[in-house]
Amino acid sequence: MKRRHYGKTILSWVFVVVCIVYMLPIVVVGYNSFKENGAINTDTFALPNADTFMGWENYKTGMTVGEYPFLKSVAYSFIITILSAALILVCTAMAAWYISRVDDIFSRIVYYLCVFSMIVPFQMVMFTLAKTANVTGLNTPWTIPVIYLGFGAGLAVFMFVGFVKGMPLAIEEAAAIDGCGPLRTFFEVVFPMLKPIFISVGVLEIMWVWNDYLLPYLVLDRTEFRTIPIHIQYLQGSYGHVDLGAVMALIMMSIVPIVVFYLTCQKYIVSGVMAGAVKG
Amino acid sequence: MKKQRSSAAVNSSLIRRPIQRLFPIFLLPTFAAFCIGFLWPFIHGIYLSFCKFTITSNAKWVGLDNYVKAINDPGFMHAFWYTALVAVTSLVVINLLAFAVAYALTRGIKGSNLFRGVFFMPNLIGGIVLGYIWSTIFAGIFSRYGTSMVLDANLGYWGLMIVLSWQQIGYMMIIYIAGLQSVPEEMLEAAQIDGANGWHTLWHITIPTVMPSITICTFLSLTNGFKLFDQNLVLTGGQPFAFQPDGTVIRTTEMLALNIYNTFYLNSKSRGVGQAKAVLFFILVAAIALIQLRATKSKEVQQ
Repeated sequence: MKRRHYGKTILSWVFVVVCIVYMLPIVVVGYNSFKENGAINTDTFALPNADTFMGWENYKTGMTVGEYPFLKSVAYSFIITILSAALILVCTAMAAWYISRVDDIFSRIVYYLCVFSMIVPFQMVMFTLAKTANVTGLNTPWTIPVIYLGFGAGLAVFMFVGFVKGMPLAIEEAAAIDGCGPLRTFFEVVFPMLKPIFISVGVLEIMWVWNDYLLPYLVLDRTEFRTIPIHIQYLQGSYGHVDLGAVMALIMMSIVPIVVFYLTCQKYIVSGVMAGAVKG
Repeated sequence: MKKQRSSAAVNSSLIRRPIQRLFPIFLLPTFAAFCIGFLWPFIHGIYLSFCKFTITSNAKWVGLDNYVKAINDPGFMHAFWYTALVAVTSLVVINLLAFAVAYALTRGIKGSNLFRGVFFMPNLIGGIVLGYIWSTIFAGIFSRYGTSMVLDANLGYWGLMIVLSWQQIGYMMIIYIAGLQSVPEEMLEAAQIDGANGWHTLWHITIPTVMPSITICTFLSLTNGFKLFDQNLVLTGGQPFAFQPDGTVIRTTEMLALNIYNTFYLNSKSRGVGQAKAVLFFILVAAIALIQLRATKSKEVQQ
């Protein structure tokens, strides 16, 4: 018994060390964001000292590095992510309810097309999708959520339908008998019951859209609209002129929203990931 | 399934018809977006894979020409084998490590929740930012030895492996933990009473019970490997390049998705070939998904 107890303590300490090593890449980038450019290149792993410490200077230059204001790309990332997630959640929840309750040939076709779309890799449609987005004017941060709804509908509809199929019909019948129309039934009776799956789908869509690079890169006008991943990739692509310190600062700033999101919704993120993994 | 349908039929006048009348509100928005964002680009893409084009309006039908060119492209075949190698190695590495971590973190040691959080965190960072963090670290290490990831294909390969493991171990760990927690306590106790040691219990009780999690994780890491793009683009971008005697270039660390992207956008004359490659890529990914479906279905029957 005693031996096992020691074993567990040792294991705990092993994990403390492993976790510190696991976080090191972020820590190294973190303290490099306070170093001057030359010192980042010559000795990446040295801590900042009196000669190389820059204070918040890199963060200041980072705001405008690459002739594009960083805060603009933060704003576009937020706009696109929030609008897309909201649009996907509301529209696909309604669609999934329709598909489950009106079980006719058309809704079955739509459902199977959605399932099919889940296995299609983005490269298959990237060229034609960018073209279609251009023609239809869906190539701005305000309209690109429609593209996200279209390309992301598959997984969301699939997850919602799976959930609605397991919901009791009796409650909706009772609402209908009491003279409640479909719209009111959906928003006041069905919607509250969807909460757990709603959060799971929401988490998955937010993580997808926030981190997505290629779709907005091909669809949006890059000189005008850059999301955070596009902006960072642009800076890295410009070899030679790149202001390393500023880029380190940008990376740290772009991780902050993710960490905040994670710490506030850890429980939901884990359950969302579980639901998505099992079904996708 | 059948039962639900008949009950829905009984309730058709109460529930079904009123909803059906609101088709334009409930289903149409999603369906319209789906046509614009997926269905039309997909069909158009299949059509264009049989055409020569630089922009969609100048497409000329060339039959199977693009497919022949795609298959005879040494760069594409190299990308296919390289991708398969990356996908299979990362599958083994990620799943072994993730299972080990999940197993250790379900032993009830102190700080388990904190450790899980740390392992999962990198998964939330997107491929571009993640790749950039690691290319900084790798540049710092390799520059001491006078080399870099874009000079040595082996470094690029193992670098990618480290990045993929760092990103995905936490994700797979979560799925394994859920599986491990579903192993019935009585079964483990019974094994202990019967005198089974730790390895025996692991092999004969734990692993067979978490088999569904293992199937999910294996296929997830396999498809993730095949579809990989962002990290590949940021870490090496396909470098180093190998110039062949016949004038063609093989980008040694280029994976399938990046190869398709480069075929489209490095040279606008080869877009038809790029689209044909994309169709082949889709068939490959779809085949993996179908095998997965069969694997999970047959497991369900057994249980």
